[in-house]
Amino acid sequence: MTVTALVFYLFAAITVASGFMVISARNPVHSVLFLILAFFNAAGLFLLLGAEFLAMILVIVYVGAVAVLFLFVVMMLDVNFVELRQGFLQYLPVGALIGLILLVELLLVFGSWSVLPEAGNLAAARAPDAATLSNTDALGRILYTQYLLPFQAAGAILLVAMIGAIVLTLRSRPGVKRQKISDQVTRTMETAVEVKKVQPGQGI
Amino acid sequence: MIAAIVFLPLLGAVIAGFFGRLLGDRGAQIVTSSLLVVSAVLSWITFFGVTGHEGGAYKIHLMTWVLSGALEVDWALRVDTLTAVMLVVVTSVSSLVHIYSAGYMSEDPHIPRFQAYLSLFTFAMLMLVTADNFLQVFFGWEGVGLASYLLIGFWYKKPSANAAAIKAFVVNRVGDFGFALGIFAIFLVFGSLSFDSVFGAAGEQAGKSFEFLGYDVDILTTICLLLFVGCMGKSAQLGLHTWLPDAMEGPTPVSALIHAATMVTAGVFLVARCSPLFEYAPVALEVVTVIGASTAFFAATVGLVQNDIKRVIAYSTCSQLGYMFFAAGVGAYEAAIFHLFTHAFFKALLFLGAGSVIHAMHHEQDMRNMGGTWKYIKFTYAMMWIGNLALAGVPFFAGFYSKDMIIEVAYSAHSGVGNYAFTLGVLAAALTAFYSWRLLFMTFHGEKRWAGHGHDDHHAHGHDDHGHDHGHGHTPHESPLVMTIPLALLAVGAIFSGFFFYDSFVGEHREAFWGGAIFVGAANEVIEHAHHVPGWVKLAPLVATVLGIAIAFWFYILKPRLPVALAKTHKELYAFLLNKWYFDELYNLIFIRGAFLIGRLFWKGGDGRIIDGFGPNGISARVLDVARRAVKLQSGYLYHYAFVMLIGVAALVSWYIYRMGVTP
Amino acid sequence: MTSSLSTDLVLILPEIILAAGAMALLVLGAFRGEGSAGLVRFGAFGLLIAVLILTACAGTGEKVLGFNDMLVVDGFGSFMKVLVLIGALVAIPMSVDFFRRAATDRFEYPVLILLATVGMMLMISANDLITLYVGLELQSLALYVLAAFLRDDVRSTEAGLKYFVLGALSSGMLLYGCSLIYGFSGTTNFTDLAAGIASLEGQGAGIGLVVGIVFLVAGLAFKVSAVPFHMWTPDVYEGSPTPVTAFFAAAPKVAAMALFLRALTVPFGEIAAQWQQIIIFVSIASMLLGAFAAIGQTNMKRLLAYSSIGHVGYALVGLAAGGEEGIRGVLVYMAIYLVMTLGTFGVLLVMRKDGKAVETIQDFAGLGRSHPWLAFVMAAFMFSLAGIPPLAGFFAKFYVFISAIEQGLYVLSVIGMLASVVSAFYYLRVVKIMYFDAPEGAPLELPFPLASRVVVGVTGFLTVLYFVVPAPLVTAAGAAAKTLLP
Repeated sequence: MTVTALVFYLFAAITVASGFMVISARNPVHSVLFLILAFFNAAGLFLLLGAEFLAMILVIVYVGAVAVLFLFVVMMLDVNFVELRQGFLQYLPVGALIGLILLVELLLVFGSWSVLPEAGNLAAARAPDAATLSNTDALGRILYTQYLLPFQAAGAILLVAMIGAIVLTLRSRPGVKRQKISDQVTRTMETAVEVKKVQPGQGI
Repeated sequence: MIAAIVFLPLLGAVIAGFFGRLLGDRGAQIVTSSLLVVSAVLSWITFFGVTGHEGGAYKIHLMTWVLSGALEVDWALRVDTLTAVMLVVVTSVSSLVHIYSAGYMSEDPHIPRFQAYLSLFTFAMLMLVTADNFLQVFFGWEGVGLASYLLIGFWYKKPSANAAAIKAFVVNRVGDFGFALGIFAIFLVFGSLSFDSVFGAAGEQAGKSFEFLGYDVDILTTICLLLFVGCMGKSAQLGLHTWLPDAMEGPTPVSALIHAATMVTAGVFLVARCSPLFEYAPVALEVVTVIGASTAFFAATVGLVQNDIKRVIAYSTCSQLGYMFFAAGVGAYEAAIFHLFTHAFFKALLFLGAGSVIHAMHHEQDMRNMGGTWKYIKFTYAMMWIGNLALAGVPFFAGFYSKDMIIEVAYSAHSGVGNYAFTLGVLAAALTAFYSWRLLFMTFHGEKRWAGHGHDDHHAHGHDDHGHDHGHGHTPHESPLVMTIPLALLAVGAIFSGFFFYDSFVGEHREAFWGGAIFVGAANEVIEHAHHVPGWVKLAPLVATVLGIAIAFWFYILKPRLPVALAKTHKELYAFLLNKWYFDELYNLIFIRGAFLIGRLFWKGGDGRIIDGFGPNGISARVLDVARRAVKLQSGYLYHYAFVMLIGVAALVSWYIYRMGVTP
Repeated sequence: MTSSLSTDLVLILPEIILAAGAMALLVLGAFRGEGSAGLVRFGAFGLLIAVLILTACAGTGEKVLGFNDMLVVDGFGSFMKVLVLIGALVAIPMSVDFFRRAATDRFEYPVLILLATVGMMLMISANDLITLYVGLELQSLALYVLAAFLRDDVRSTEAGLKYFVLGALSSGMLLYGCSLIYGFSGTTNFTDLAAGIASLEGQGAGIGLVVGIVFLVAGLAFKVSAVPFHMWTPDVYEGSPTPVTAFFAAAPKVAAMALFLRALTVPFGEIAAQWQQIIIFVSIASMLLGAFAAIGQTNMKRLLAYSSIGHVGYALVGLAAGGEEGIRGVLVYMAIYLVMTLGTFGVLLVMRKDGKAVETIQDFAGLGRSHPWLAFVMAAFMFSLAGIPPLAGFFAKFYVFISAIEQGLYVLSVIGMLASVVSAFYYLRVVKIMYFDAPEGAPLELPFPLASRVVVGVTGFLTVLYFVVPAPLVTAAGAAAKTLLP
């Protein structure tokens, strides 16, 4: 039990620390690397909770795809982050104050821990039985049954995101030559070849 | 069917009003007139379907109009005998006027607009008479007021017409204010506005009173008087009558339709409709009687000396409305409606006949510039005779039955106000006969005063000129068929409507005819008594009439110089009558000047210095300060915005932590 | 599990039709290429009409749950969906002329409108925090893109970016609130939440749940642009293309308000006394800011942005009052607000000078003389927005304030009335400029775009003549409000 607790605090501490480093690192590449570290530790926390599927997904999707994409973007765009951070100090006191207040308040809220009397039953009512099923199995069972609607709607969200990305960035440039297979296939002799009668001795 | 009757005119108004340019003049006339004729035919069918037998009355619920708390108002059409009578009057006269207008307005450049207004008016009037609750009555009431305003001011380029339109509107506002207060009071007392529930509960409220400024005031009397103020405005009763003569600035068909046959009788209709309320408010009825009788007499005296042919008829209308009111006042609502019914025919006939004369005289309205015209416009002449015979109540014409009935019920009421009404009624009958034949003689007989004369001498009287004096050199000519046929039809009504319907309206079959549409108290047998009055009472109005005609004949045919001489010797009296008892001058002095004075005082002193100084100007300066600060927040920086959101959340959370504490 | 998949699918048939139609149109547009905007627009318009008819006619108004209680279809939802669909329906034809002139007549616009509408309908029908969030994101993401639709215009892209970043922040707050609620109650389902709270037996919820509600409200308030979460509104309204702004001001606001009503009333109705204070605060702040900040504006779209903030404040008065009357007030308010707003933006879209849609208030100078009818309708909208009887706007305010007064919220009502007096100042200023100032600059371009003209005509007619038959709307709203309450 104590080992679990120890590991939990280790992961949690590193997550928070690297999260802080993400916003405070001078070099944006370092920020992204810290972000990846935070993801790994979060995955570790999931593992501790027995949610191995989520842990793996986090590593594969966020670390493997998203964070790497971030890294590319940051490295390709030559953004002067120092300049962007000019206003940071100016607003630090107010920001820190607000953050502190919220933090204290939330701690107080968690300290009071006033859960609804029915909370346990309510939570159990809709969850699949964790004892008999593996984690992945359990997720799969409810994702396509109970949560079908939000799942499909999430798909629609992704579609909108895709449309948005295309609408806002795709430009059809003039003067770019592309291969149009259908045009090539439908070409006939009349459009392709011109037959000329050449007078002898005159050339075309 | 009833919906068709009511909404066909509206359809006509919409078509002519919005698509008039497409239809053209002729098209607009045909569309509106034919729709009206259909409506009129349906009305007659309804009339014979509803009246005379039990259970003929019915209601049609169109939709719920207002639903707010206890206030529940529907659009519903109520059809009973009273409505049916009004439907017949309104649609018949209206359709004839529509047709007649085709001839009368033929030279006017705005014919579609005119036809649209006429139809709009008819719709509003029908809405009024078919109303099933007070709010709907009020809707129709204001609708006809609006249409009347538009039609009086139809020749909007003429300043006098505009002034008359505004005057009519403003004077009616005074009445409408009373009416509106009455409606409020009804809702307050009865908690409903629908006729059925109000009338059903009227008996319970009888005799109850409320305290107002330390006085005990009878509830029903108050309500009835307030309603009657509205009726006075719309029906031009003494005190609020000043707009009606001026309204003659409108085109003559309008005068015939609105200011003779239909709209002005709305007041009488309302009193009859509210008979269940009035029956329990005897004091209010006495007031109605006195005002009605006084108006009948007053208007008749003024009518004696007017020189504008339309104004004479206008005062005559005013006077006849007075008759109707005092009939209602003594409890004979049936007689009032009967007179309303016959009056509609002969007064419309007179107006349209006058219109025909005016048309023939090329828009000359001053009788002093007419004379000797009967040879040229024989048909119109005959029509005017019929109209006047009916108006004066010569036996066997329509007016004879209804008017004599009214005078008899006034006598048989056997009350102080009843006798007052009877006396004035008989006197007014004589005056009526006099001015009617004065009109006939001055217009059609005597020497010609219209060809190439100067009218300087007449203008010494200071009577206003109407600006229609073009084309005086021409000979009068008879009007076209489209104008004379409506005249002929109305003449049929003016001759036979009295004789034909006497039994149903006020005679032996009256109870079956009305079928409960009019409520008459148990003790109220005034009509029954009226059938058994002494012989001299029955004879009195006839004698008065003959006397009036005789004097008119003497004055204007035998000795044409006599009236002028008489006017000179009794200058004050003549001026008093000519200036309509100085009502306009009095109002001008009291209300208009006074209002201007008070207005100026408040405007300069109160509003300008005190209120503006401390109020709007001071406050608006502060408001601008605040506004400037509020805008400053909007810097355009993203992180400012994010900060504001975070601060907002933090503040709200803090508030709850503070309020609720954190102990579980 | 009382419902099978087939009955569930019938429940969201309108949404499915819209979503599937949007995808089909997308494919059509992608294959047909540049010139397909007209066809896609036409298709989207037809789809919306079909769904509008389907939504308005289908269902008895009875409350039906589906998808394991994640979704609810009831009279309230149908009422709000009809409003949203009307807003979306109008947004499509109104944009034609504008985008053609901006040379951005692209087929994605109608598709995005359709998808946003699907999101809004999901929001309205949400019976679970998860459905709520998913619907909200679907709608928001489409709106972000729409705001930046004129991608070569700096102001438009800035508007899109601002909206996106702040929207993400608000979504974060909303999700945080949801997770707090889940943590302290054990469920995200509205029905279960209501049952759980009922088990408190009137003791009042603990602080954890309340803080969760605060965060939830913060996220929702952002979507309806209530103070202090309103800051994006003026910038985004000004920067976005005008037809998009018209859409923003109409449909999403109605949808978010519906969500607001449902998310507070259904699960947390028992502890209304606890969240009522937030609503009162937000409402007062919105009314005051909407009244004061609009005064200094010279840009018509900014002015209308502040105006919409104020109007949200008024509508929230009804929510603060609560109960059937209060909710009915909100519904009536949103319906009338929708009509007035669409009409006002219609006027903006009708007017063009030098090839561009007008934006500043000074462009209205002299309109009373040059285009009396347009000026008349605009004046009617302004008077109505100011709440002057007998125009529709008056009735909207009337019903919410009556409900507030009946609940004893006198301070709120009085502040609301004062704010509406102050706000009358800038509405009337527009009228004054139209009728009393001399015209400036080039005359308006003729002919006016037909679609916007029709919108202006119809909405103007409704605004001016609403008082003739107010009963049907109020009755419908009353019936809808009844289904929301247990």
